[in-house]
Amino acid sequence: MSQRQTKLTQNPLEKIWIPSMSSKLYRRRGSSVPQFTNSPTMIVMVGLPARGKTYISKKLTRYLNWIGVPTKVFNVGQYRRDATQSYKSYEFFRPDNQEAMKIRKACAIAALKDVCAYFMQEQGQVAVFDATNTTIERREVILSFAKENGYKIFFIESLCDDPEIIAENIKQVKLSSPDYAGCDKEEAVADFLKRIECYKVTYISLNDEKDRSLSYIKIFNVGSRYLVNRVQDHIQSRIVYYLMNIHVAPRFIYLTRHGESELNLVGRIGGDSGLSPRGNKFASALGGYIRSQCIRDLKVWTSHMKRTIQTAEGLGVPYEQWKALNEIDAGVCEEMTYEEIQDHYPEEFALRDQNKYRYRYPKGESYEDLVQRLEPVIMELERQENVLVVCHQAVMRCLLAYFLDKSAAELPYLKCPLHTVLKLTPVAYGCKVESIFLNIEAVNTHRDKPVNVDVDREPEEALLTVPDHI
Amino acid sequence: MRDHSPETHDKRLRATVVEATTMSSMEVGMEERPSNTATPRELTQNPLKKIWMPLPCKNGLPEKHISQRKVCMTNCPTLIVTVGLPARGKTYISKKLTRYLNWIGVPTREFNVGQYRRECVKIYKSFEFFRPDNEEGLKIRQQCASAALNDVRQYLADKGGQVAVFDATNTTRERRGTITAFAEQNGFKVFFVESVCEDPEVIAENIVQVKLGSPDYTNCNTEEAMEDFKKRIKCYENSYETLDEVLDRDLSYIKIMDVGRRYLVNQVQDHIQSRIVYYLMNIHITPRSIYLCRHGESDLNVKGCIGGDSGLSPRGKEFANYLGQFIQSQEISDLKVWTSQMKRTIQTAEAVSVPYEQWKALNEIDAGVCEEMMYEEIQQHYPLEFAMRDQDKYRYRYPKGESYEDLVQRLEPVIMELERQENILVVCHQAIMRCLLAYFLDKTAEELPYLKCPLHTVLKLTPVAYGCKVESIYLNVDAVNTHRDRPENVNVHRTTEDALQTVPPHL
Repeated sequence: MSQRQTKLTQNPLEKIWIPSMSSKLYRRRGSSVPQFTNSPTMIVMVGLPARGKTYISKKLTRYLNWIGVPTKVFNVGQYRRDATQSYKSYEFFRPDNQEAMKIRKACAIAALKDVCAYFMQEQGQVAVFDATNTTIERREVILSFAKENGYKIFFIESLCDDPEIIAENIKQVKLSSPDYAGCDKEEAVADFLKRIECYKVTYISLNDEKDRSLSYIKIFNVGSRYLVNRVQDHIQSRIVYYLMNIHVAPRFIYLTRHGESELNLVGRIGGDSGLSPRGNKFASALGGYIRSQCIRDLKVWTSHMKRTIQTAEGLGVPYEQWKALNEIDAGVCEEMTYEEIQDHYPEEFALRDQNKYRYRYPKGESYEDLVQRLEPVIMELERQENVLVVCHQAVMRCLLAYFLDKSAAELPYLKCPLHTVLKLTPVAYGCKVESIFLNIEAVNTHRDKPVNVDVDREPEEALLTVPDHI
Repeated sequence: MRDHSPETHDKRLRATVVEATTMSSMEVGMEERPSNTATPRELTQNPLKKIWMPLPCKNGLPEKHISQRKVCMTNCPTLIVTVGLPARGKTYISKKLTRYLNWIGVPTREFNVGQYRRECVKIYKSFEFFRPDNEEGLKIRQQCASAALNDVRQYLADKGGQVAVFDATNTTRERRGTITAFAEQNGFKVFFVESVCEDPEVIAENIVQVKLGSPDYTNCNTEEAMEDFKKRIKCYENSYETLDEVLDRDLSYIKIMDVGRRYLVNQVQDHIQSRIVYYLMNIHITPRSIYLCRHGESDLNVKGCIGGDSGLSPRGKEFANYLGQFIQSQEISDLKVWTSQMKRTIQTAEAVSVPYEQWKALNEIDAGVCEEMMYEEIQQHYPLEFAMRDQDKYRYRYPKGESYEDLVQRLEPVIMELERQENILVVCHQAIMRCLLAYFLDKTAEELPYLKCPLHTVLKLTPVAYGCKVESIYLNVDAVNTHRDRPENVNVHRTTEDALQTVPPHL
């Protein structure tokens, strides 16, 4: 009987237990979230122009990056714009335009090469190949490429025959494309419609019979129907779930923190205190603001913590409490001031400044943990229409990073001041943000990254960026 | 620093506890409030679940409050309707889906029309009953369907059910029309789940697994039963109208083809339907085994302390080695191993010599202010909390900690991934293992927190027919008992003795 006992040490940043000697058993860097992909995955878009391929590509990429799967979009139209001097007309896309065909194929190949580089050299896990890919021939090229390199492939085909939707797409994202800079609106629409016709001639949709061994999802008419074939693994399953939950109905998302709390006033983090007098004023003001917006069917969500609930109470509308919206758990540092953390845990304090996204408080959480627990919230936010989320600083940073496509490095430093509502409006390929300060003073709770993050730094250097408090 | 001493805490609790009201997690109250109220209401914290709710109280009790988000309670109940020829897995799907929905907290019940038919027609003679020209048979079957729908209505409208699964062939558009009308009348949403399969091997296997053992065929030999059942299927085939992309485009449904190779999903209306679709798309029927066990005995276990993040005791280390040997002896192909992020499960997995994946979601229940305490200490410092926990162990949330109900929420992605996986060993903790086991063995919220999951014992689960076979393998290394039964006296005024009656012995 082997008495091999491996010693474990706890990685100081993420508090992950790993074997001290390099154990072959633990392949990845002490991963704090389960890793699901072995082979890289190529997501291949399929569909006529103006069917939402780029919209889906960008949104999916944003989601995957947010949940921690390194993903990148490769838009072949962009390669084409870089290769040709300027766009003249739809004639470029005529199926009998030999020269253009050559250029277009070269662009696709160039994009595939970059996909390869992304996987090999940049540790990418998912590449979204955004192009029409409407012919069997083109899809064959991609399939061979993937097979050669050991990549998995998942097709996303978007089909739409509703002329209104197509017209709206053209309006939203094509008219402002570099291809039509300086064109008159009607001309641009007419040209684009002819462009679509060029593709229609040779368009062959994924076929239920012939393509039955491929992995794909077909999206019909912006999500009223889906056909899903041969989902291979976890990441494809998550992608399908995500695609089936998103919609394009216009709506607003309001994000705000609770009103100023009693612990905020004295510069303490965490805890479960009630609102300060100014916080209460904010709650009333928030009610007034929301009413003034005359929002149809507004849903209101709070956390389970007293301060968000007290804030929502001021609105006079029903609200739902989510435990997942609770503030980051600061573990042993709960209810401390930054000065006290520096005093009792100077090394922890420094580690946090070194990597605020991955840093986990002892017996607490990290931003990375937060993202994991907020994922169901994001999924439900995608399903919903008008929503007001009353939450907390770290939580709001995570949600905002999702909507505004912020990186893990930027996320923990996003500015989310008290008494300020952020109104997000999905538009074109992104999100418009309006910041509304409700004119009630509050403490500043934002602590910037100090210059010196070394564990041996002086207390003054550590506390340089601590905001004022009582 | 805030005063969080146990004495003050309990005093505050006493002020708000009138009686230990267990707040039903189903309460959805839409209160009428004047729209320009300026002052927010006072909040009080429910002593069991630690949920903040507004006063004013009626009758001195906190008002029943607005929804707690676990799963979005659709406003209308949902009727799930299966569609498909016999032996296409409808009942398998119905039972599995019902089990899943109940586990995540959505009260669900299945209504199997075949069951009603068996109660009506005491003895099954042959497939002739199902012949489309058998007038009397048709009448009886129609009555059974109506009886079942009646029970569905009662369950959803009167008994607090949220989802009803109507399990029958429902192969004609006419029958489905009747059900849709029924649902509309009663304000239920309808979601169809159709299973289509033409693979003769799969169908034959289904018949072997679940039909031959059916009460219909108790007195038949295998060949006779097989023959009769195939003729039964034929009776349905001629009138079978599958859900059609065009004709049924306004219905909400999922069509499952070839046991999950392909899905057609149409008009998903709301959150619960979206979750159902996701679940159905992740389950499979490939044979496999799930091994569940706890970490080896830990240093804190030996002292009788709960929670914490201690390492294995010497006996725990011995268990880890035995576990490694046991796993090897099982010769499992492609075994995945999962642990929590706590030292004791990782130390245990290290001895198994298979790469493992750490899940934070598998961490033990957070006992908040009671972390690393012995039960005696909890009784001493927080006697009220200790009593509340015994009153409703599933819903009880430790101060600044979690409840079993919270655990189920955080384990849901683990369960989803377990469904996708094949052979897997999960090294976890007592409360976690209880939650996972309750999912596989369809245990209620009342039973769940008292399931026996002793140290040094591996549970091997093998999906079979409509359920799960369990084998318990004790690896013959002694360990403390950590199972505390519910004591007789759960009253907040009980004596210390009464409270500590069922605490297992420790150092």
